[in-house]
Amino acid sequence: MAYDKFNVLTSTVVPLAEENVDTDQIIPARFLKATERKGFGDNLFRDWRYDSEGKPKKDFVLNDPTYSGKILLSGKNFGSGSSREHAVWALYDYGFRCVVSSFFADIFKNNCLNIGVLPVTVTPAFADEMFQEVEKDPKTEVKVDIDAQTITLLSTGRSESFDINVYKKENMKNGFDDIDYLLNIKEDIVKFTEKA
Amino acid sequence: MMEKKTLFDKIWDAHVVKSIPNGPDVFFIDKHFIHEVTSPVAFLNLEKRGTGVMFPERTIATPDHNVPTIDQEKTIKDELSRMQVEKLRQNCKKHGIELHDLGTDHHGIVHVIGPELGVTQPGMTIVCGDSHTSTHGAFGTIAFGIGTSEVEMVLATQCIMQSKAKKMRITVDGELGKGVTSKDIILYIISKISASGGTGYFIEYAGSAIRNLSMEARMTICNMSIEMGARGGLIAPDETTFEYLKGKRYTPKGEEWEKALAYWKSLKTDDGAQFDLEYHYDAEDIEPMITYGTNPGMGIKVKDPIPTTDGMDTSTKKSYLKSLQYMGFNPGEPMKGKKIDYVFVGSCTNGRIEDIRSVAQFVKGKKKADNITAWIVPGSREVEKKAIEEGLVAILEEAGFKLRQPGCSACLAMNDDKIPSGKYAVSTSNRNFEGRQGPGSRTLLASPLTVAAVAIRGEVTDPRELFEESPILI
Repeated sequence: MAYDKFNVLTSTVVPLAEENVDTDQIIPARFLKATERKGFGDNLFRDWRYDSEGKPKKDFVLNDPTYSGKILLSGKNFGSGSSREHAVWALYDYGFRCVVSSFFADIFKNNCLNIGVLPVTVTPAFADEMFQEVEKDPKTEVKVDIDAQTITLLSTGRSESFDINVYKKENMKNGFDDIDYLLNIKEDIVKFTEKA
Repeated sequence: MMEKKTLFDKIWDAHVVKSIPNGPDVFFIDKHFIHEVTSPVAFLNLEKRGTGVMFPERTIATPDHNVPTIDQEKTIKDELSRMQVEKLRQNCKKHGIELHDLGTDHHGIVHVIGPELGVTQPGMTIVCGDSHTSTHGAFGTIAFGIGTSEVEMVLATQCIMQSKAKKMRITVDGELGKGVTSKDIILYIISKISASGGTGYFIEYAGSAIRNLSMEARMTICNMSIEMGARGGLIAPDETTFEYLKGKRYTPKGEEWEKALAYWKSLKTDDGAQFDLEYHYDAEDIEPMITYGTNPGMGIKVKDPIPTTDGMDTSTKKSYLKSLQYMGFNPGEPMKGKKIDYVFVGSCTNGRIEDIRSVAQFVKGKKKADNITAWIVPGSREVEKKAIEEGLVAILEEAGFKLRQPGCSACLAMNDDKIPSGKYAVSTSNRNFEGRQGPGSRTLLASPLTVAAVAIRGEVTDPRELFEESPILI
């Protein structure tokens, strides 16, 4: 369904210094039982965030009041494993609009773009610098400009461009989803099946 | 001269409805599988849009992820699980979608029943809101997992928007040693390429070691393509494929079969076609494998010690040690001899009849170790039925295994089949992520044979050590 438009996002960053964060960590399977898209943010990173009695784990970054923001920064191979879109719903519902990593898993990246969370792939060096800057000063802001396709660390001024295909970029900027497009070309699809 | 194409190119190109410049392709989907967990929100959104299902006959449903594996004939106790299954029933009824419900002859894990029914056929494009959809690639299909937004797209228009993946070929030549299975091949490959090394690619598996595998064994390989980050994997169809498909419920019959066969035989990579990346392995180098960490790339030969941190950069080392800490293991320790609490035989990776046969043959006349709880969960009702008819269930129960009813079960522990916190399970499933088999559970992935050996010894064991006691095998 349609989501909020994404143009320029300037925000502080939540640093999650872990590699290979799979979607079972982002949202464990036992929280996939809903039949509506509601309340997934409560269980984002559930087993890293809470202990078995439901008490917040102090050493987990989401429980650290020092860090907040709409941008999640993570180590390489973020979003691997299960195709559950619920993982992105949980990130969105919690308040993240952008995830930055030097490497994303494929299906996760697609799922992000389909519901309006921007995955920004940066070089490992840029990711490292982001981690360092945010650690030094948690108030460090990062600016993500989808039109210019740039991500900028405002503390150092270091900037990098990122890839996104033109079609997805327009969708993100306008809050459109693929179904809007597909429903408009239904005749082409019918013709395709008749030809086959 | 005609352009040389890979098998992946041939199938992909035949399914592009329209290409968007600098954007994805509008990609037509032949068959769509749905289950109770990733479909309800898609149906809900369709309703909000006021759109129906465009080609209901192209979608097939079954509840598998979240169903109990005991007392399936009774009302589901867990309220949320019951609601998801109910929703699936309602949605299928409303939109005229074929449903293989709990207790019916073809109920089972979606990736087990598709091939059993002959829904899966060479040359098709197949998707499902489940990453292990790559399983169907064993039949020479382009099959991959999608998110719920895409489930909605397929229901509404039978299409999704996808950019064509890069192409990788993995060739495994030579003969597999005794006690080495297709699960060992794929765990070996993932350990070499890593849990992310296939990202952005679609893989074709080739070579004599792959050709010599049965359909069940090929499905195990394609199933785990996603565990190296690849979108999917496929194997060119051949006589083994055609033999498997002949006479299945949905495969063409009579003249239609001959026609289909002629087309299927054309489905192979042209000599000289280019891949973006190629890997070659010798089957002789592959031995029984097991994982020791929290992603499927962390696999070693059962006989080998856990790798040390030598040569790792700081961030990799940190993640590596965190993973080992979760598992309760130390770098350099041997895997062999580690005490295990549970074994799990099942899942879309290794829950087929051949898997159950190999476990049963191995444990025949033996007893499981006292410290082991052994679960065996058939992938489908058909597998269950065959296992009973062939006397396998009797053998397994005699050995102390508990048989459950079909479903995804402890592979992802959405239902009550959970490994308790801190306990070790050696599983035939596909993921060893933290908490995958229940909060705090520790999973070691291995082949059905290795799992059988672990069940008998109660500790990590190379199955070849027990061969003298199981002469009937291989």
